[in-house]
Amino acid sequence: MTPNIAPAEPRQTPGLAPIPPVATRPIVEVKSVSKTYAGGVEALSGISLDFPEGRLTTLLGPSGCGKTTLLKIIAGLIPASGGQVFVDGREVKGPGPERAFVFQDFALMPWASVIRNVAFGLELRGIAHGEREAIAERHIARVGLKGFERKYPHELSGGMRQRVGLARALAVDAKVVLMDEPFSAVDEQTRRKFQEELLELVANEGKSFIFVTHSIEEAVYVSDRIALLSRRPSRVSAIIEPKIVRGGDPEKIRRDSAYLDVVEDIWQQLKHYLD
Amino acid sequence: MQISDLASALPARREPPASYWRDALIHPLVLRLVSFAAVLALWEYAGRIPLSPAFPTFLETMGGLGAIIADGTLYKAFLITLHPLVIGLAVSVLLGVALGVLMGLHEPSEWLIAPVFVIAQAAPLAALIPILTFAYGIGLTAKIMTVCIMAMPVIVLNTLGAVRNTPKSLLEMSRSFLASRSQSIRLVILPAASPMIFAGLRLGCAAAFIGVILAELLITPTGIGDVISYNQSVADYPKMYAAILAIIVFSVLFIELLERIELTLFRPESRA
Repeated sequence: MTPNIAPAEPRQTPGLAPIPPVATRPIVEVKSVSKTYAGGVEALSGISLDFPEGRLTTLLGPSGCGKTTLLKIIAGLIPASGGQVFVDGREVKGPGPERAFVFQDFALMPWASVIRNVAFGLELRGIAHGEREAIAERHIARVGLKGFERKYPHELSGGMRQRVGLARALAVDAKVVLMDEPFSAVDEQTRRKFQEELLELVANEGKSFIFVTHSIEEAVYVSDRIALLSRRPSRVSAIIEPKIVRGGDPEKIRRDSAYLDVVEDIWQQLKHYLD
Repeated sequence: MQISDLASALPARREPPASYWRDALIHPLVLRLVSFAAVLALWEYAGRIPLSPAFPTFLETMGGLGAIIADGTLYKAFLITLHPLVIGLAVSVLLGVALGVLMGLHEPSEWLIAPVFVIAQAAPLAALIPILTFAYGIGLTAKIMTVCIMAMPVIVLNTLGAVRNTPKSLLEMSRSFLASRSQSIRLVILPAASPMIFAGLRLGCAAAFIGVILAELLITPTGIGDVISYNQSVADYPKMYAAILAIIVFSVLFIELLERIELTLFRPESRA
């Protein structure tokens, strides 16, 4: 048996200067976590990974590589078969108030209005009706849905529904926001808009984001750090920190040569996982 | 000229009277009335052939209906029929939904309880009525039991399925936002299940109406069942069919009312 693999060192990538590691303390630490599903499918094999505070870290990998499994283990929604996860220094035993989740399929309650959906996390914590609606209203405005408070999910477009999901996660004021392919069910234009807004959110919110995607471009565009996962059973095959100058024109990033080089480099690494 | 200009310019050129008549003809209410009128006209025609000497026309049946309403027979019969129906239905709904929710939340109780209802739903339960009569006599109890065995299986099994089919992502969502078990049940599972539970209740009500009429025809003739079998025995077919028509209309209106109640109380999103 090989021992658990230590986290890969940041690699030197062509077209980029050697990258210094992000110099903040890790808010989430994953320590040799493995997961074997009932029936013997090994999804994760001894993954160790640090997620720096106040940054956006992306789990990127081929379909079915266990990215979502790892995210749900961090969320405390499914138990790991081995290893430990620490959030803010405390071991994860289940879901906690310092983590909030944004779901791929939005997971909105169809019978509840936008404001009730956004305030749901606060409702569950027993916060009084008036107070939680005030907080929810603020976050609805923040994600650009002012005026839609009393609408129901079926009256909204896919992109607007995911804004509701995001507002719900922000409303509980968690330190870590976990996002499971949040933009995969929205159209391409909305997706680009979302990516730009996400950058703004990371810059202004002071929260840590863990983001799962299978899109290389999306990962490079939004991330401070990318953990490249290999095929099942998953390990961390590389850690990449795109040093892209953000701020200014968000459109410029997509034409930036550093951005394009990192995308190309990741593609070269992922290519051999395809048949 | 842009394409969008063309699109908005086109409808204005259409002849207004023609589209008015076409819109009126395909209006849902008009189509529904046409559907009713067609069935009633067929009935009237079949009665006039005549299909059978025991089959009155629609107009004769309306005459019979007027007669049993005027002399108070129908009103009294309904009161008597409603007695076992309401008690049986109340028991079936309360007990049925409770059992369904319990089994949906707790798997071992499903293995324990569900097989009875699965068999009951597949079996021709009317065949049990003689046994019920043997066990409970010819009184109210046997009739209530008949309503229950007809109505309960579909209510129980729909409720069980509804609770089981709560979307997995909603359950994960409520867990990740720290819902306790009871909060999950009250705020997520039951609201998510309510459309399918109500579908079961509508089917259950229809089955309860079948049950109560079966009981009144097979156990002892009372209420509407009495009006039907008495008028059959004296060959007053218009009144017999009037009683049958009355219970059908009542059943349809009752189930329609149940749907309205569901939409008003439990489905705010459908009114938005």
